[in-house]
Amino acid sequence: MSIVRALRHGLRRLTHRADADREDADEIQHFYDQAVRDQLARGLSPEDARRSAQRALGNRTALREEVGRAGWESVVTDLGADLGYAARRIRRDPGFTAACVLTLALGIGASTAIFSVVEPVLFAPLPYPHADRVVAITDLGAPGAGGDVTYGSYEELLARAHTFVGLAAADRWRPALTGDGVPERLEGDQVTATYFRTLGVPPAIGRDFDASDEQIGAPRVAILADGLVRRRFGGSADVLGRQVTLDGVPYTVIGVMPPGFQNVLATAAQVWSPMRYRSHAPFQGPEWGHHLRMVGRLEPAATLDAGRRDLNAIARAPLAESPRPSWAALDAGLAVEPLRDSVTRQVRPALLAIMGAVLLVLAIACVNVTNLVLVRGEQRRAELSLRATLGAGRGRLVRQLLSESVMLAGIGGALGYAIAAFGVRALVALAPAGLPRADAIRLDGPVLAFALVITVIASLTVGLVPALQAVRADLRGGADAGARSTPRARHALRRSLVVAEVALALTLLVGAGLLLRSLERLFAVPPGFDPSHLLTMQVQIVGPRYRADTARQQFFERALDAVRAVPGVVDAAFTSQLPLSGDLEGYGVDFEQAAHENPTDYRDALRYAVTPDWFRTMRIPLRRGRFLDAHDRPGGPEAIVINESLARRVFGGRDPIGQRMRAGPELGRSDRPADIVVGVVGDVRQSSLAVDPPDAFYVAMGQWWWVDDVQSLVVRTNGGAAALTPALRRAIWSVDPDQPIARVATMDDLVARSEADRRFVLTVFEAFALAALALAAIGIFGVVSGTVTERSREIGVRAALGASRGSVLALVIGQGMTLTALGVAVGIVGSVAATRAIASLLYGVTALDPVTYAGVVATLAIASLAACSAPAWRAARVDPAIALRAE
Amino acid sequence: MPDAPSTDVIQGTLDLLILKSLSLEPMHGYGIARRIEQISRDVFKVNPGSLLVALKRLERDGALDSAWRDTANSRRAKYYSLTRAGRRRLADEAADWTRRANAVARLLNAEG
Repeated sequence: MSIVRALRHGLRRLTHRADADREDADEIQHFYDQAVRDQLARGLSPEDARRSAQRALGNRTALREEVGRAGWESVVTDLGADLGYAARRIRRDPGFTAACVLTLALGIGASTAIFSVVEPVLFAPLPYPHADRVVAITDLGAPGAGGDVTYGSYEELLARAHTFVGLAAADRWRPALTGDGVPERLEGDQVTATYFRTLGVPPAIGRDFDASDEQIGAPRVAILADGLVRRRFGGSADVLGRQVTLDGVPYTVIGVMPPGFQNVLATAAQVWSPMRYRSHAPFQGPEWGHHLRMVGRLEPAATLDAGRRDLNAIARAPLAESPRPSWAALDAGLAVEPLRDSVTRQVRPALLAIMGAVLLVLAIACVNVTNLVLVRGEQRRAELSLRATLGAGRGRLVRQLLSESVMLAGIGGALGYAIAAFGVRALVALAPAGLPRADAIRLDGPVLAFALVITVIASLTVGLVPALQAVRADLRGGADAGARSTPRARHALRRSLVVAEVALALTLLVGAGLLLRSLERLFAVPPGFDPSHLLTMQVQIVGPRYRADTARQQFFERALDAVRAVPGVVDAAFTSQLPLSGDLEGYGVDFEQAAHENPTDYRDALRYAVTPDWFRTMRIPLRRGRFLDAHDRPGGPEAIVINESLARRVFGGRDPIGQRMRAGPELGRSDRPADIVVGVVGDVRQSSLAVDPPDAFYVAMGQWWWVDDVQSLVVRTNGGAAALTPALRRAIWSVDPDQPIARVATMDDLVARSEADRRFVLTVFEAFALAALALAAIGIFGVVSGTVTERSREIGVRAALGASRGSVLALVIGQGMTLTALGVAVGIVGSVAATRAIASLLYGVTALDPVTYAGVVATLAIASLAACSAPAWRAARVDPAIALRAE
Repeated sequence: MPDAPSTDVIQGTLDLLILKSLSLEPMHGYGIARRIEQISRDVFKVNPGSLLVALKRLERDGALDSAWRDTANSRRAKYYSLTRAGRRRLADEAADWTRRANAVARLLNAEG
């Protein structure tokens, strides 16, 4: 009831301000009149009576103010007044306003743009219902880092786990789509029938896979992505039930996924079909190869930990009825983690580093604006003390100053959000191709909330410090506002802000410097071949005509002949795997007469099945023996070329030529003739320039166990490599127009792309570090320039007493450089801690690389010297006469 | 007592004094101030600012009603009167005050 009354009275006051004020005035007037009357009645003279009443009442204006402000509505009116006043002040000083708003807008805009990239990738839940229950399951005993699971393990876990409502597995599948139109290689997955149910997203039209689809011999079925249906089949209405030819085999389309479906395990997947494996398969079968990615959906009641305990209990307790081979014994345990963490692990360090960097930039922007506001506060001291004298309370003054910075930050934030809208597009365009969940990047609710929060924080940081400072200084020194004394505290604050700025900028510069040096080191790493003038493309053969190895061999040889005939082609070769392309395929190898501490120790080595010109085309150097040549044909003695690493590791200093080797399916098969090592060649970097070259062996295409149906063509050209693409396509299609060609790229592109993550982080860091350097230089300039103005009298006196220009210059520059030196000292300590965050992105340099630190310190020193030089020059030209006359 | 210096109304008792003054008849602000000073024999001095602010607050709390009326000398004045809620509040605050005052008096007597 009383709240209603208070509200009603307050609102009346807000809406009928003049009436309410007049009533207050009337009441006070009445009070006064009565007091005068009483005093007259006591016998005072009219004049004394009035004076006495006046004394009792005090300052009438102040009284009216006090009474008028009694209700809650005064907060509203004050706020309105503050904002109106702030708006007028902001308009009156456009230069200052523009500097503050732009600095904050860039800081807030950059942070918001980066956050919008980082948020969906690292923080937002995956686009599945109850995504927190979807987990990735990896076999910690699997070879390699991926932790891929075998089908046999999947089968056993599926039968025994009880904390999951669904378990599913997926295998990368890249079928060639042929039939109508240009043959095309699709990205896809072969999945268990439980796959979409485990993710929680059923097909939008048609039906999901069911258990019968997994049976060997059941009709082949496929589910397509909405994008593929639109692109290849003109909309989704009639595609159900249609036959599509994948890898030369007809599949019936049974479903289409909804348009927004994100397949986070393989973002590019457009087609899914059921995987078909035998139950309780023999150990030699593909069912026991580590090649499946496994996901699970926890029961609503089960925690992540419960799921982990459940699966590991199964791993530790094998059952007699489901035997496990030694390589899938699960004795190392199973890892269970949220699927989101699993798919973003690769990019997390880079994204967190970038997020950290942009927050540093935002911090510097805030510090810079704080400094600007402080400088301006000094120019406003007279105004503030006047307002204090007129009765404005300390709180009111703080609020007043804060409302100005809130307004500045608000405008900056709004502008920043607009900048972010553009920045996001640029970032997505710039981002490395493999960025997971890139399609989820946009300005949405969480991003807006983030922008609001950092705007509020920014407005408080840039407002509170100067406001409190101004009010404190004002109350202390209001009386002698005209005095020229140097308020040391204020300067100390501004100096420490500049020191902070320099320190933050140094941290960013060190980060950028370390990344730059890493990339330099990386690109200086010889890849083991000559990447210039090389064009690469992937050629796939599909269709029943090519079932036989001889047919495949023939196709590739004829394609190679056609390619060689293209003008501009110097050399050409096919290979089963291409360096720096993402291919990675290895087999166990064993040497009959190796140097034999540990004869049972099979090693993994990469297998390259190549055509004989491979080495010449790639310019891989021969170290010993001979290259593979045209005589190494099917049926002939099997020749092997190994790389230096493998030779060194197995044979030490001895000559490997003539040694016998078995690889892959031949391992342990002493009934078959072994391969003979005929040559040793230089090492080639396969997965990345940053990864040491692995052991590798080369075998002629026709002498391996099978002829691969997906091969990469490598062509050395005598001109611009990319320009030959159409002619090469035509050459290959002249042999068979139905064979898809994919992944066309020059080798230079592949080399650059293999370091795209680092380059992306470096680009962002460089931009931020430059911004930070500029802001820090502006900060130094501001402080030094301010002191020169304030000390011009002192400088004049010095000059009059005979100080040389040089000594004045030294004085001013010394001041700036002292700040820089302090900032550098603080920054180095900070950098040592902060660069740990980017340690995983560095290559060939330590996080404490002295060259980087020296370079960064030198850069900062030069920048701050430049920033000091203008004010120093001004100081040196102070005319002693003018300075003294100003006294 | 008359020689003792007048003091400002004790913090928190002004509301009680206003309510008590108005319990007899509606009054305007100056009347309330005079009444408090007279009855307390000038022990309490009422600050006009505090009084007017307190009146406004009590009115918003629902303890008082106000109305502009013509006075005897034909000037308009704002007259305050107790509402029912105001009377309840007066009774509560008076009882509370008496309890406290007695307690303080007992303590002082025990000391002396």
